[in-house]
Amino acid sequence: MAASTSEPRFNQRHLLDMSSLDAEEITTILDLADRFFEISERPIKKVPTLRGQTVVNLFMEPSTRTRISFEVAEKRLSADTINFSASTSSTKKGETLLDTVKNLEAMSPQILVMRHSEPGAAHFVAKRVNAAVVNAGDGAHAHPTQALLDCATIRKVKGKIKGLEIAIVGDIDHSRVARSDIIALRKLGANVRVAGPKTMIPPGLAELTGATVCHKLGEAVEGADVVMMLRIQAERQGGACLFPSTREYSRTFGLDSDVLSMSKDDAIVMHPGPMNRGVEITPEVADGPRSVILYQVTYGVAVRMAVLYLLAGKPPVE
Amino acid sequence: MSKKDRELENFVERRPIADAPGIQRVLRRLASEIVEKEDGVEDLVLVGIRTGGVHLADRMAKLIGEIEGQEVPQGQVDITLYRDDVLRGLPRPEIGPTSLPFRLSKKKVVLIDDVLYTGRTIRAALDAINDYGRPRRVRLAVLIDRGHRELPIQADYVGLRVDTEQNQSVKVELAERGMTDRIVLYELQAEEGEQS
Repeated sequence: MAASTSEPRFNQRHLLDMSSLDAEEITTILDLADRFFEISERPIKKVPTLRGQTVVNLFMEPSTRTRISFEVAEKRLSADTINFSASTSSTKKGETLLDTVKNLEAMSPQILVMRHSEPGAAHFVAKRVNAAVVNAGDGAHAHPTQALLDCATIRKVKGKIKGLEIAIVGDIDHSRVARSDIIALRKLGANVRVAGPKTMIPPGLAELTGATVCHKLGEAVEGADVVMMLRIQAERQGGACLFPSTREYSRTFGLDSDVLSMSKDDAIVMHPGPMNRGVEITPEVADGPRSVILYQVTYGVAVRMAVLYLLAGKPPVE
Repeated sequence: MSKKDRELENFVERRPIADAPGIQRVLRRLASEIVEKEDGVEDLVLVGIRTGGVHLADRMAKLIGEIEGQEVPQGQVDITLYRDDVLRGLPRPEIGPTSLPFRLSKKKVVLIDDVLYTGRTIRAALDAINDYGRPRRVRLAVLIDRGHRELPIQADYVGLRVDTEQNQSVKVELAERGMTDRIVLYELQAEEGEQS
C-alpha cells in the first residue's frame, strides 16, 4: 500500500486516457478508491459529497456494465444524473456529436461521462466544453476507468503492482482496455506480457510500451502473477478475417485449467467483460477460485467514485 | 504534514495552554465524568473524529478501562466526504479511513474531538455516523472548547474552555504524532491575509 508521506497529487481537469496521468496521480486515484470501496460495505451506501452536482452520462455506443457502474458511483456520491444513450437520442435523427454535447452543456453539468465509437471523441469534446470530461471508452483508443479498476483490483488482491508479471491475452490491437491497461501497469512498474494471434498484436507494441510480445499463450502465462483475458472485438475488426475459426482461437488462445496451471500458484484471473465463455476462457476458470472477475466489477464503482470526486468542482485550468 | 500544520505556517506561538501532565489530568477528569454520566460502560462506544480525535479516543478508552476494568469499543470517522465545503475547501485529495466495527443500534456513542470551534466538523461527523446506523444517543467530548460556534452545537464533556480570537488557532500536539504532549495557542501574523 502506498503510505507515502508526501501529499497526494492530482492535476487533471479531465480523465481522457492513461497516457496523461503519471504514476503518482494513478496512485492517488487507487488510494481514494480503497476508501470509496468501504462505502459499498456500509448499511447506507451513500455520501452527500456531490450534492447539487449534475453528471451527464452520454453513451453513443452500447454499454451495460460501464454505464451502470458509473451510474451507481454517481448515485452513491449523491450527484444528479442524466442519461443519454444513442439508441434513444437525436443522433439517430442526424445531429452531430458537437451539437449533442452543446445541447447537453446548456443544462450546465459539472461532469460529462462519455462513450463513443470514434477514437479521440472524448478529447475532441473536452476541448470544447466547460464540464470535466471522463472518457468511458472511445473506439479502440482508451478506457481509462477500466485500467484504473484493473490496477485497483490487482493492488488490493496482490498487495502491490510493481514487479508483478502480468499476462494480457487476446485481441490486443482492437482493445482499448488492453491499451489503457498496458500503459497504466507499465507506469506502476509491472512487467507486462501480451499474447494473441499475430494479426491482433499491433506492430511496434514492444518498442512503444515496453511490453513483451508472446505468440504462444503458454509463454505469456508461465510464471505469471495475473492473467487477464480479453474478448475478441469482432465489431472493431471491420469484417477482416483475423483468425481461422472460433474453435481454433479457443484452442490456441483460450484459458483453461491446464494452461492456468503454468502460472504462479497464487495467480489471479481477470476479465473486463463481457466474457465469451468457451472462447477465450472456460467456465471452470471463469468461475474458479482464482477468478477475481466479479471483484473487478465491485471495484469499478469505487474507482469511478474516486475519479468523479477528484474532477468535481474543479475550476478550469489555464 | 496535515492541513492544520500547513495552515500554521503563517502562525506564531502566542502562549501554551497545557503541558503533558495537564493534558493527562484533564483526560482523567473527562474519563471519570463520562463513566459517571453514562452510567458505566455498558453499550458505551467511543468514536474519534479524524485526525485529532482518534488518539484522544485511544487514551480515553484506556483511562475508562482502568476505572471500570472493562474495555470500551472504539471507532473512528473521517468527515471529508460530509464537509459542507468539500468541493470548495478541499486542499488536496485525501480521505482517511472510517471504521465503526460494531452495530450502532442501542449504543451510547461518545464522539471525541480535540478542539471544538465552529461546530461544522461535529455536524459532518453526526451525518457520517447516521449512515452507519441509529445509535441510542450521541454525546460529545472535546479537549478544548474555543468558542466561535457557527452552528447550534455544544459539547457534553469539555476539558478546557479557552477564550480565543478568530485570528488564533488552538493546536493539540500529541506524542502519538511525534510531538511532545502540549496544547498551544497560535496567532496569525499581522501582515498575512484573513484566515477562516
